Amino acid sequence: MMYDWLYNATGSEVIAAIIQSLMPLFLFLLPFALFAVLLERKVSGHMQDRLGPMRVGYHGLLQTIADIIKLIQKEDIIAASNDKKFFNLSPLIVFIGSYAAFAAIPFSGAFLGSNIDLGIIYIVAVTGIVVAGILMGGWASNNKYSLLGAMRSAAQIISYEIPTLLVVVTVIMITGTMNLYTMSEWQTEHFWNWLILGGPVFGIQKILLIPLMIVSFLIIFLSTLAEVNRTPFDIPEAESELVSGYHTEYSGMKFAIFFLAEYANMFAISVIVSALFLGGFQSPIGYVGNLFGLPWLIPFEQFFWFAFKGIFFVFVQMWLRWTLPRFRVDQLMAFCWKYLIPFSFVILLIVGLITVL
Amino acid sequence: MSIKTEEMVLNMGPQHPSTHGVLRLELVLEGELIRDVIPHIGYLHRCFEKHAEVMTYPQVIPYTDRMDYLASMYNEFGYVVAVERLLEIEVPERVEYIRVIMGELQRIASHLVALGTYGADIGAFTPFLFCFRDREKILNLFEITCGARLLYNYMWVGGLSHDIHPDFVRLTKDFIKEFKPNLKELNDLLTFNQIFVDRTANVGILPPDTAINYGVTGPNLRASGVKWDLRRNDPYSVYHKFDFEIPIGKGEKGTVGDCWDRYYMRVLEMYESLKIIEQAIDNIPEGDVTSAIPKRIKPPEGQIYARVENPRGELGYFIISDGSVNPFRVKVRAPSFVNMEVFGELCKDHLVADVVAILGSIDIVLGEIDR
Repeated sequence: MMYDWLYNATGSEVIAAIIQSLMPLFLFLLPFALFAVLLERKVSGHMQDRLGPMRVGYHGLLQTIADIIKLIQKEDIIAASNDKKFFNLSPLIVFIGSYAAFAAIPFSGAFLGSNIDLGIIYIVAVTGIVVAGILMGGWASNNKYSLLGAMRSAAQIISYEIPTLLVVVTVIMITGTMNLYTMSEWQTEHFWNWLILGGPVFGIQKILLIPLMIVSFLIIFLSTLAEVNRTPFDIPEAESELVSGYHTEYSGMKFAIFFLAEYANMFAISVIVSALFLGGFQSPIGYVGNLFGLPWLIPFEQFFWFAFKGIFFVFVQMWLRWTLPRFRVDQLMAFCWKYLIPFSFVILLIVGLITVL
Repeated sequence: MSIKTEEMVLNMGPQHPSTHGVLRLELVLEGELIRDVIPHIGYLHRCFEKHAEVMTYPQVIPYTDRMDYLASMYNEFGYVVAVERLLEIEVPERVEYIRVIMGELQRIASHLVALGTYGADIGAFTPFLFCFRDREKILNLFEITCGARLLYNYMWVGGLSHDIHPDFVRLTKDFIKEFKPNLKELNDLLTFNQIFVDRTANVGILPPDTAINYGVTGPNLRASGVKWDLRRNDPYSVYHKFDFEIPIGKGEKGTVGDCWDRYYMRVLEMYESLKIIEQAIDNIPEGDVTSAIPKRIKPPEGQIYARVENPRGELGYFIISDGSVNPFRVKVRAPSFVNMEVFGELCKDHLVADVVAILGSIDIVLGEIDR
């Protein structure tokens, strides 16, 4: 594991821990957010018969960096009627909530921020903090649009956490672990052993599980999509109604932090969903490293598959965003309480019976 | 224990992404439910009617362009029809044919903007750009005809400013050929999308009697199931020569006269406009488009009310002439202005998100409301 290697190299537990916890942030997540913003603009552009950004760098490659520089230079406006303390705190909480989730996500077989046994529960809990940040921002902005957006967001996130958790519990019942690393290891490097196809057990149980798992996969994908406020569930920031929801009043770098948190969230839900149902960092077709007897290659391959799955689902989210209209707030709630929760509950019961028998 | 609650007044606009211009709405909310809507207009008032009194008759035409800036051709059309009736002059058939083609192209362009922005209001941004891509081609056609893309000053009293370009007929046919599959694509992407239908069906229902009482016209009236189209009911120009249907709302996805019906009405009307253009484009008679333009326009004393079917409804010009070169009074019956009045009625007891859906489905242009 990375930590042991760092510990041996530096000889200090504290330095090793700091390096390890900062590494994903600076080596992967921040560059990824920059890349994802560009990807979103390119994907939307090509879907809409345009080219997207083309000026800064080759095919607009440096566009996001230019944007970030612009945002850093911008004046940080705090209106006189804002509640300054909470107004400043809110972007931080949202950012922390969404980035802390990555601590328990296994990036590859050899790298994992923190190998805690409550992994998935920890992620669900820590992303719950985001609601507090959003509410704070909406309230402290002292703007009616922000407040409406924040209220919608709180209602939405809390509602959609229920089907998410029910599906997570279903998965825990099958795998018998809450640790995402163990879960990914358990699903082995062949796609027919992934949980969406019933897991690495053969016989009648696998056949019974396949349809249930496909439905649960869809449920958790939709409900996590709603938790991070992406289209078609982007009601809290519905720009045609609420201007831009809870971050209407934010400008400059604070706005950029909300923005980065959104893209981090997109990636987080993609990798969580793939860790639960699609083998996480596992390759679908075996490893080249095993084939040629190069064991050091395997962690890199695993990282590749991890990033590939993550980016693929990020792409799916962008695809949905630029294709679908937006739900209305009551329809959104009805969708959660009338369809997702009953379905996930029934699946939970059936899977419980299957695993017991 | 009872908690004290109070209504919240939300000020929507004049700077808001989906008020389609500088419209200010005062929403009285109870939670997210609308209890009352008070629209405030006038931010774009440019004194068109007063200006017209100090201009000569042809000088008014560029001002009419600036009322409904998405359907400038049709504003001119209405005005020149009114002045020609006042002057009692005959217009060559070629001019009339070209006017009809331009008018219908303008109707398609205007509806494309309406549908595209409506999609954006509901949250689907891609159809917006698809619509603008097609509108661009129509603007190119206008550009080769008269050099302008938005404000044309093309239709003159008794004629046209330019004859059509030699390539115009071919390019228009190309456009029709390209546009039909695009229209189907728009239907697949937006019109029959289940989320879109859920958002718009059974929302903002406008019953036919209310529509008639408020004087609503155009696609909004037809969506409520009233077959009323001035191109048929009070023909002007050469519309009586063409064969086209008048689509009416049937409530396919919800109730007759809901937002979805109003939206779909515009899609159907684009098909009808294409039909008219197809019939007209091959039969444009020969002739001179400037021959009937009077040297000096000085109508006899009198008054006239002429109305045309603008993309948004009945566009009427009431002109009083005192026998001089300037009109004594030009009053415009702007369809958006009249259609807007029913808006408050439609919004009652809907959610905030529906306000945007209803406003977009009425398809207002603020330039025309405020004039």
